[in-house]
Amino acid sequence: MTQEENKIMLDEIASLVSKWKDKEGNLIMILHELQNFYGYVPRPAALELSRALHTPLARIYEVITFYNFFKLEPPGKHIISLCLGTACYLKGSAILLNEIKGLLNVEEGATTKDGLFQLDVVRCLGCCGLAPVIKIDDKVYGKVQKSEVMGILSQYNNHQEESVK
Amino acid sequence: MIKAKINNLLIEVNDGVSILEAAKKAQIKIPTLCKHPDLPPGAGCGLCIVRIKGTPKMLRACCTPLEEGMEITTHDPEIVAVRRTVLELILSNHPNDCLQCGRNNNCELQTLVADFGIRDESFQKFLPNVAKDDSTRTIVLDAQKCIRCGRCVTVCQEMQNVWALSFLDRGFCTRISPAGDIKLADSPCIRCGQCSNHCPTGAIVELDETARVWEALQDEDKYCVVQIAPAVRVAIGEAFGYPIGTNLTKKLYALLRRLGFKAVFDTNFGADVTIMEEGSEFIQRYAHGKGTLPLITSCCPGWVDFMEKFHPDMINYFSSCKSPHEIVGVLAKTYYAQKKNIDPKKIVVVSIMPCTAKKNEIIRCEEMYASGCQDVDVALTTRELARMIKQAGIDFNNLPDEEADQMLGDYTGAGVIFGTTGGVMEAALRSAYFMLNGKNMEKIELNQIRGLEGVKVAEIQINGKKIRVAVAHGLNHVEYVLDKIRKAEKDGTEMPYHFVEVMACLGGCVGGGGQPYGVTDELRTKRAAGIYQNDENCKQRCSHENPFVQQLYKEFLGSPLGEKSEHLLHTHYRARPVYSK
Repeated sequence: MTQEENKIMLDEIASLVSKWKDKEGNLIMILHELQNFYGYVPRPAALELSRALHTPLARIYEVITFYNFFKLEPPGKHIISLCLGTACYLKGSAILLNEIKGLLNVEEGATTKDGLFQLDVVRCLGCCGLAPVIKIDDKVYGKVQKSEVMGILSQYNNHQEESVK
Repeated sequence: MIKAKINNLLIEVNDGVSILEAAKKAQIKIPTLCKHPDLPPGAGCGLCIVRIKGTPKMLRACCTPLEEGMEITTHDPEIVAVRRTVLELILSNHPNDCLQCGRNNNCELQTLVADFGIRDESFQKFLPNVAKDDSTRTIVLDAQKCIRCGRCVTVCQEMQNVWALSFLDRGFCTRISPAGDIKLADSPCIRCGQCSNHCPTGAIVELDETARVWEALQDEDKYCVVQIAPAVRVAIGEAFGYPIGTNLTKKLYALLRRLGFKAVFDTNFGADVTIMEEGSEFIQRYAHGKGTLPLITSCCPGWVDFMEKFHPDMINYFSSCKSPHEIVGVLAKTYYAQKKNIDPKKIVVVSIMPCTAKKNEIIRCEEMYASGCQDVDVALTTRELARMIKQAGIDFNNLPDEEADQMLGDYTGAGVIFGTTGGVMEAALRSAYFMLNGKNMEKIELNQIRGLEGVKVAEIQINGKKIRVAVAHGLNHVEYVLDKIRKAEKDGTEMPYHFVEVMACLGGCVGGGGQPYGVTDELRTKRAAGIYQNDENCKQRCSHENPFVQQLYKEFLGSPLGEKSEHLLHTHYRARPVYSK
């Protein structure tokens, strides 16, 4: 963390703490806002919050790890949500899951080493008629075949390379 | 009072008493793996379910208060079957390596499984893949053996206010760990070992260093010496069937000689020296205005670690005096070595301690090497010593009484009471009174600062002046005392106390993290009674009267707080990060 990033963090936490200080259930609310700010809860931020809120770090981590919503690792650039709900499962989404895990060398809930993809498993995206469904960021892919997975993912790969250029 | 029936037996208990407690009064033992007498009910294990007439569900006895007119059944075939299933489910997540476990034959889970006669694996085994954590070099955390009862977490967070351990994640993934799955050594852990003392299984045990001691004892080139802490002598007997609190000092001396130690010393001698130094420090600060008041005691390594991490603003108040076993260690490798003409590099000092934190204290900073080498080489807990005795095949119960070796072995009553809360303060005041008045107190027992109340406050009259003292034990009680000091600091008013004693463990060292299992307030009280009895039986009861301490200063150290004493017997403190990762 650079000095400048550190200052931004201290300011952010100071303002969150002063906003929520005297309210009940403030820890969860502050963690929400921190996660919105960073996309996850970085350890330096959790340590600073522990100091500023006079709350043991252990308690903060108990809350973070209890709720699926909170993340301790930075999110991937693109979030893959793969549905394992009943309809998608029956239509073979478990095969898609294995294909993605193999292609990207990543486990469920984790992010690829290059930070490009995060693989989340979800239950029902509300469009069972399109089963099996994969959602990447805000784009939904329906009736996905195993053979199509590579092509779908590579679109995001190319995009990344272009943006790097 | 509440009247109710348990298994058709009419009983009467106070309002608010749980069914579990009430059943005990009716000589009925309801099994539990999570409820511990020191801790509030956690309703974690589900073993203590009972049936209450008129209630369709079985309820947990640990967290259900007895109510007027209740009719309770604690044992019937269905209840026993449910308990059996609970045990089988726990076993489905618990390894089967009992024979090699640190709690073999002393495990609450193993005992219940044996009592229930469980022979088969009824559920498929699922063991989490987690590595052991021995990073603290004092306790070993083996999360695979954890049954998630929550005792250690409650102890660490609520009793000790350390918050090193927590429950992370949930469901199947729930695990005990420091925040962020870091190693315990990088967490706030102060190594007090209370978690290991409260764990029902082998998930947290002391780091066993007996092999190192056996090896040193076999090495003909080494000169092994040993010392025993005050609280060990009244607890070791529990491993050999003695009534709780039996003082076995003289048998221990005989035993340690038979194990092969060339000299047997007593940490109580070091305690007497501590009082000479710390008492003089107090007089310096109190009567001569040199330094800040209150003086805070520093014998307890758990407390020192806690202070350095959480309350470094208190460093100036701390006594710089080392703890008694460190004093015996450094004197063994200097004073004793010179008098006996032994090369200090060949001397191995082993300390038998009621404490796991002592394993860390012996390497905590460069002052612990004041003799030119590490002053204390190995610190064993009471539990480790009990194992050594059994391994050696010595019939401990029938050993004759023997005496300690001279120069570092004789002690006064003031030295032995170091092993219980209030003892260091009482011992210090006995000698401080003498140093200020030239004569001893008329009544040297200070009952105001004895007992198990979390914070004990007293005023002692010396020369018409009042000395205000506070004694705290169990680290959750410390904040109260420190806040008062901080408030006086901030307001610029007179300090609330002149002298403060803190011990990290409830009851002091008698309730230490390295002591035999199953500690309760009743047991702490009995162990302390053994210590106070030892004090009363001592010919000399004030540290300054110890002829060997007087000789030590005359022949070797010079005067308390003199140059040599400062070099050998004192240390420094520094602020340490609460988390190093």
